[in-house]
Amino acid sequence: MDKQASQRIAFIIFRILGMIVVGILLWVLGFIIYNGAGVISWEFLTAAPEEGMTEGGVFPAIVGTLCLVVGSMVFAFPVGVMSAIYTNEYAGNGWLVRFIRIMTNNLGSIPSIVFGLFGMSLFVNTLGFGDSILAGSLTLGLLTLPLVIRTTEEALKAVPDSYRTGSRALGASKLQTIGKVILPAAFPNITTGLILSIGRVSGETAPILFTCAAYFLPKLPTGIFDQVMALPYHLYVIATSGTDIEASRPVAYGTALVLIAIVLLMNLLAAFLRRYFGKKIKTN
Amino acid sequence: MKRLGRISERMVEGVFTVSGAITGVAILLIVVFLFREGLGLFNSPSVENGYVLCVNAQNTAENLTVAEIKRIFDAEITSWQELGGGNGEIMLFRFEEIFNIYAEEELGEDYALLPEKLGQVIVENPNVIAYLPQQYAPTDMQGVKLLPVGNINISDFFGGKEWIPTATPAPQLGVLPLILGTLLVSIVAILIALPLGLGVAVYLSELAGERIRKLMKPTIELLAGIPSVVYGFFGLVVLVPIVQKVFNLSVGETALTGSLILAIMALPTIITVAEDAMRNTPRAMREASLALGATHWQTIYKVVIPYSASGISAAVVLGIGRAIGETMAVLMVTGNAAVMPHSLFEPIRTIPATIAAELGEAPAGGAHYESLFMLGCILFVITMIISITAEVISKGQPDKGI
Repeated sequence: MDKQASQRIAFIIFRILGMIVVGILLWVLGFIIYNGAGVISWEFLTAAPEEGMTEGGVFPAIVGTLCLVVGSMVFAFPVGVMSAIYTNEYAGNGWLVRFIRIMTNNLGSIPSIVFGLFGMSLFVNTLGFGDSILAGSLTLGLLTLPLVIRTTEEALKAVPDSYRTGSRALGASKLQTIGKVILPAAFPNITTGLILSIGRVSGETAPILFTCAAYFLPKLPTGIFDQVMALPYHLYVIATSGTDIEASRPVAYGTALVLIAIVLLMNLLAAFLRRYFGKKIKTN
Repeated sequence: MKRLGRISERMVEGVFTVSGAITGVAILLIVVFLFREGLGLFNSPSVENGYVLCVNAQNTAENLTVAEIKRIFDAEITSWQELGGGNGEIMLFRFEEIFNIYAEEELGEDYALLPEKLGQVIVENPNVIAYLPQQYAPTDMQGVKLLPVGNINISDFFGGKEWIPTATPAPQLGVLPLILGTLLVSIVAILIALPLGLGVAVYLSELAGERIRKLMKPTIELLAGIPSVVYGFFGLVVLVPIVQKVFNLSVGETALTGSLILAIMALPTIITVAEDAMRNTPRAMREASLALGATHWQTIYKVVIPYSASGISAAVVLGIGRAIGETMAVLMVTGNAAVMPHSLFEPIRTIPATIAAELGEAPAGGAHYESLFMLGCILFVITMIISITAEVISKGQPDKGI
């Protein structure tokens, strides 16, 4: 066959594939948005579930997810940032750093259900936290730690070395340099990592199955040792094991949409911040 | 003052150092806790904890396997001859049946006479096999033999073809159907996702204009962030009915449905990683190829794709890793039947789905609970191997500077 013709055929196939895949992905998104949009109302966001999850809203699940997000970030964010500071600013380039990077990558590739098992064994049973926000937050925090570390490291790497040498030349100590020069410069990008982690944490189901999630709670949590409802787990139970699955479908669509909205918002916010601050740093 | 400052500085640096080790410590802890609970399985007796099996002392059958015990109590094995004993017909005796023979008063105060009466039953019936609570078992009585059952062993666990953890008296903990189910779903998912994903990667890196690329790439990356439970829900309400209708099946929750949803979920990973690898091809190599008279398409498949082969392989491996560990979506659409997979059109069950579905009901510390942790260990080891493989493969890509 003529090589021009074969090129034409190949390129047509690739264009079609591209359209198919984008089509599939938009189909998933569009389906949830189309079916969920009619369900979302102020009441849906602020009321508790009623009538065996077929009516009412998802307020307790939103509060629960919020608790878990805050709890996991309180743990993962400082630890992750400090860990990244160590590997990027102190550790140099030896075998130790390579080892830590491999460990971070590996931790990131462990399936979320394994984190659930681990959280149940360590936090729930061994440390005796029981099914609680604390146990769930620590499990989720551990899960998202690699993401925080990786994004922070990238943020630190993006700070030009001239900042470091300049600061040191003015007589600042290494710690002062980090605290007053590097961290402020890297801060916007670190925030991006934080936001991405929030998106990730709010969607995880498997790790909270056995560490904190409850099917239904009549009241909101009052302390870190309470169980909580959470959006992803709520979607799972009403989609698969509600008392009346057909009747609770609208609530399921609504819950899925709220979940997607959170994740997409976080991602868009991160993208926006990256672009906004990216420009700012360049013009300086 | 300055000295104090230096000391506090050292302390802060110490905290950084400790934090630096956190991921290593976390992995170590995960290994310790998973394997501590999981390996306990092989020290558990293969019948339910607190129960024993007793036979008549004349019975010569010995060393029954877990599967044999189950088949005896399911009345699939009916003669002792099949088990190397005499040729009597097996008589099953479950503990509760004693109350059909004796009224409660006859068993004495606090069931003091219960062991004796149980013993009598066993002595009188040479072909009996009795499943009794340890506390009432007449183990020291003449004519009664305790059947040694031993612990759950590794080959039964990894080679067993039945997963019925709630079976009494002997739970069947064979992980082969779960491992095969996981591999089947994941590999088919990759076979579906790979051609699509690579096609899109080629399109994005070689053909698409800058504007389309700038729009499409973030969109695809965004879709990688959608929670798996949402994909599972989508699969449940959209793909399950479609699969059922198209293939004319009685249920739509099949291995194929799982593979389809996993393929959709793996697409963003495969596309992003493969596209990055292709764009890393040095411009000089492309230009050289074009200058020699090759068309753009020939350049793609003779230069760009071979050059980025290691990156593409890494994409495949990472995709498989993600598919194997995926829990919620698979749990929701594969029908969860823990049987040896025979075809794509039947319900199956994967390792992560089994853990998620059963851990809530398994009493802590029991054999079932421990076996689920052992499944976690298997999953952990598989994903570790995959992650290290991906790392090694992607190192294979030649440097850009030629």
